[in-house]
Amino acid sequence: MSSSLFLVLPVAVPLGTTIILMSLWRHGKLQRRVSLLGTIVHFFVCFLLLISVHTEGIIKIQFGGWSAPFGIVFVADLLSAILVFLTGLIGACVLSFSLSTIDQRREAFGYHSLFHILLAGVCGAFLTGDLFNMYVWFEVMLMSSFVLLGLGGERRQMSGAFKYVALNLISSLLFLSGIGLLYGLVGTLNIADLSEKIQHIEHTGMLTAIAMLFLAAFGIKAAVFPLFFWLPESYHTPPIAVTALFAGLLTKVGVYALIRVFTLVFPVDMFGLKEMFLVAAGITMLTGIVGAIAQRDLRRMLCYLLISHIGYMIMGLGLFTEIAITGSLFYTFHHIIVMASLFLIIGITARVSGSYNINLMGGLYQDRALISVLFVIPAMGLSGIPPLSGFWPKLNLISASIETYNYLLAGVALVVGLLTLYCISRVWSESFWKPQESPKESDTTKALIPRRKVLLYAPVIVLGLSTILVGIFANQSYSFSEESARQLLNKKQYVNTVLKDSN
Amino acid sequence: MELMFAILIGVLYAAGIFLLLSKSIVSLLFGLVLLGNAANLVIFVCSGVVRGKPPIASENMVMLDVPYSDPLGQALILTAIVISFGVLAFAMVLVKKNYELIKSDDVDMLADDE
Repeated sequence: MSSSLFLVLPVAVPLGTTIILMSLWRHGKLQRRVSLLGTIVHFFVCFLLLISVHTEGIIKIQFGGWSAPFGIVFVADLLSAILVFLTGLIGACVLSFSLSTIDQRREAFGYHSLFHILLAGVCGAFLTGDLFNMYVWFEVMLMSSFVLLGLGGERRQMSGAFKYVALNLISSLLFLSGIGLLYGLVGTLNIADLSEKIQHIEHTGMLTAIAMLFLAAFGIKAAVFPLFFWLPESYHTPPIAVTALFAGLLTKVGVYALIRVFTLVFPVDMFGLKEMFLVAAGITMLTGIVGAIAQRDLRRMLCYLLISHIGYMIMGLGLFTEIAITGSLFYTFHHIIVMASLFLIIGITARVSGSYNINLMGGLYQDRALISVLFVIPAMGLSGIPPLSGFWPKLNLISASIETYNYLLAGVALVVGLLTLYCISRVWSESFWKPQESPKESDTTKALIPRRKVLLYAPVIVLGLSTILVGIFANQSYSFSEESARQLLNKKQYVNTVLKDSN
Repeated sequence: MELMFAILIGVLYAAGIFLLLSKSIVSLLFGLVLLGNAANLVIFVCSGVVRGKPPIASENMVMLDVPYSDPLGQALILTAIVISFGVLAFAMVLVKKNYELIKSDDVDMLADDE
């Protein structure tokens, strides 16, 4: 089987699953089984893609046989392949969790179809090599996330969905304007071709303006300061499985687009954007963590923690050395797993103690040891405690920032890490350690049949194990990230693979 | 000709952003519509405004006569129009459902509980 087929399958499999699922909205059991099977096949296919890219290097496929830069290409370098693999993993885990928690009404109105379309859009955005095609996959992903946010029709969901829709539509329109101006200036939209032709354009003022448009557009998607205010207003409104999916994947697509565009098309050092990225990263980290400490609701707290740690990934991009970008990529991979598993585990604790408010929870450590352990693993990973997966990329980023004499930024990163630990330990002491003050009749997990219990706990266990494994085998994980960073910084490899004539 | 388009695009962006900042939810929606149209016009102008030369080659031509109107730019605009039409249709239904729940057209009434 040709390896370029693996480039298409991560998008084609969820699309096919969606089409099959659309006829099954009223057939609850069959729909759930087809959906779960679809995500397992998707995970398998993404894994095959990762193996192909790891053994063969950068692979591409030209749609319709039109050679780049005239046609649309799908390109997978190691960064895209790892992100697609993590998408498959998170998709399977969150779907398994949603089988146990999403109510039947939502399922009858197409929850599963939307889930798979979201996965298809995310994988498409990671794999494409053409800027306008990236806009299209962004819109596919966005549209399905709009509907997933609003599905269910509760009042909080409607208001959260409206804010989400408005801000993300603005982001898409900025992206589109940037694409239009860039096309007029350079004449092509293929990312590899752009990275060659940009160097010959003398009109650098206009190029910087277009770069700013892209920065704003992707910054809104990636939730960078001062563009992140839509996230805490909307992410906590839908069912927790949907929030976990969004938190794990959607902001990372924004971060990926930033990394791809600002290493290949508008290289950060060429355009003098380093300071801007570094300042944005620093303030994102600080405002996010301050916002998190002020929250009592677990979901909003995790949303602010999510924002704060996006700052680390932007910091690596701003520093733009190989070590920094390695740290940034490793941080992205680790953050996807940790964020998804944290949202899933607080979904379980909410079902056990009946509330998301940490003041109303308590005594979980005494009664539910498994849940406590499953919370501690990603929480410690998020704070960067060795040997879990959060420590190694943080070490990279801080040492890279010290090497480039950005002492203030290194200090900010360290302080934010400490404050994250403070935030997590406050959650632990309020929700898990302190004895329960009110009676606990609201434990809905006890009523679940064993199969649903497995579907509920298995994804969290899988993700927790992944965090541990990534941390313990840090050498291998680091070498993956280092190879991805090297491929990113060595533009020639990407450009030559895309533009040489084959097929 | 491009100057007129540039002024028009500027006016559309300004009006769109002004409406985005308004207090009424429906005006916000209209602002998004105007911004969408402005972005499409940007692509139109930037891919070259050529009058009356379709990109069709006759039998004995090896290459098209420069200048011709750029089909790629038009394809981009068509895709963008379709996408924004779909998204705005959804946004309108969302606004209507919001109105049913909060009974008000005021953006500040969207603030949720907690």
